[in-house]
Amino acid sequence: MPHDTLPAPARGSGQESQDSVTAEIRAIEADAARRVQQGGSPELHPRRDYPPYRSSLLRHPTHELVRVDPEEVERVSPAFGHTDVNVLESDLTIQHVGEPLGERMTVSGRVLDGEGRPVRHQLVELWQANAGGRYVHKRDQHPAPLDPNFTGVGRVITGDNGEYKFTTIKPGAYPWKNHVNAWRPAHIHFSLFGNAFTQRLITQMYFPGDPLFALDPIYQSIADPAARARLVGTYDHDLSVSEWSIGYNWDIVLTGPKATWMEGEDAHD
Amino acid sequence: MTDLLPSETRATGPAIGTPASGIFVQTPSQTVGPFYGYALPYDKGPELVPGHHPHAIRLHGTVTDGAGEPVIDALLEIWQADGEGALSSELGSLDRDGFTFTGFGRAATTMAGHYTFTTVKPGPVAGHAPYVLVTIFARGLTHHLFTRVYFEADTALLATDTVLAQVPADRRSTLISVQDGPASYRFDIRLQGEGETVFLDFDA
Ligand SMILES: [Fe+2]
Repeated sequence: MPHDTLPAPARGSGQESQDSVTAEIRAIEADAARRVQQGGSPELHPRRDYPPYRSSLLRHPTHELVRVDPEEVERVSPAFGHTDVNVLESDLTIQHVGEPLGERMTVSGRVLDGEGRPVRHQLVELWQANAGGRYVHKRDQHPAPLDPNFTGVGRVITGDNGEYKFTTIKPGAYPWKNHVNAWRPAHIHFSLFGNAFTQRLITQMYFPGDPLFALDPIYQSIADPAARARLVGTYDHDLSVSEWSIGYNWDIVLTGPKATWMEGEDAHD
Repeated sequence: MTDLLPSETRATGPAIGTPASGIFVQTPSQTVGPFYGYALPYDKGPELVPGHHPHAIRLHGTVTDGAGEPVIDALLEIWQADGEGALSSELGSLDRDGFTFTGFGRAATTMAGHYTFTTVKPGPVAGHAPYVLVTIFARGLTHHLFTRVYFEADTALLATDTVLAQVPADRRSTLISVQDGPASYRFDIRLQGEGETVFLDFDA
């Protein structure tokens, strides 16, 4: 990565402009595109060392990860089920006395493994900001109102076909301190377990057409445009319910079991 | 409603050997961010066994960044065999009954960057050196990190462990916990720099 072409100001001061951060983002994206043009595989995952996302500066490992064969411990996963998750936990709009403010929506889809097989009966956890872009978290200082009728936490166990469905409200965008006037595009955090612990994934789902995509160092930490587009849910009118809720579809594919035809593994890691 | 999902027509049942179509490409990771604290930690998450369990051990340590500063917003998960080397398929990791050992635990670091699990020392699985698998999530980590906690007392098994053999000798100690009490093991995690912990990627 061409560190020497990046702007030099005090990284992590929080005082840099969006323009300078955007320039860094575009330079890394161009570098990644060049690698693909030269025959490299597109990067499937975010870069661990991604300077535009200032918090990654001191937290990414500098040594290569040591690649090893998983043992039985890593080839299996904890079991979760009906004793762990109440069916009502998939509806984030019924957790309080009143109904939350905001645009009522559903997000549904399937959790699959790398060969397209459903990940059955596994845990999906979700958390998000409220419609005003505020989390129920004591360190969230964004001066947007809390909603007494919205916590923003849900859980579900996938069905026989790997399917899941949550009912919630659309989260708002929110500011953060990566740089001056930094805003996160609206997103929902997802946590997923597979059949093997190696498939563990925490990620974020976004909404189509968000004007903040190009400016956001977290979304853009995935240098390949096609890869990061996999995080954007699809508006599906057939999933909207008349006079009730807006419907999004989002399928999630976990790693492995890796097959020889899978391309683009470990392009960056 | 699920019969309306477009994905339903794409993949039904096992698809082993199906040529690459681009549909089943991995979903990318994203950072856990700073605001999971009210969502992911749960009651008794760090207690795989109650503290009064006859074989209870403390597994603890500090997570630090490249400047040596404590990481106060990391989330750690552990997954391990029981004392006899058996992997649990019991439900109940989230809603603990105080008796069943499920092998899974989750703990957030404190304001001092410290984490603590109460668990048992795992037994060897298939004759290999026993270890606890650790997954680390944090703001600033765009992708989680995996590492393993081995135990220094297992001298013979550690000496022949194929994974430890793959690790440069001068970094091997970062994977081995230090006993710091009768039933207490310390495992510090350094994300970057001096003494950087060995992190693993799996050929799965
Ligand atoms: Fe967030």
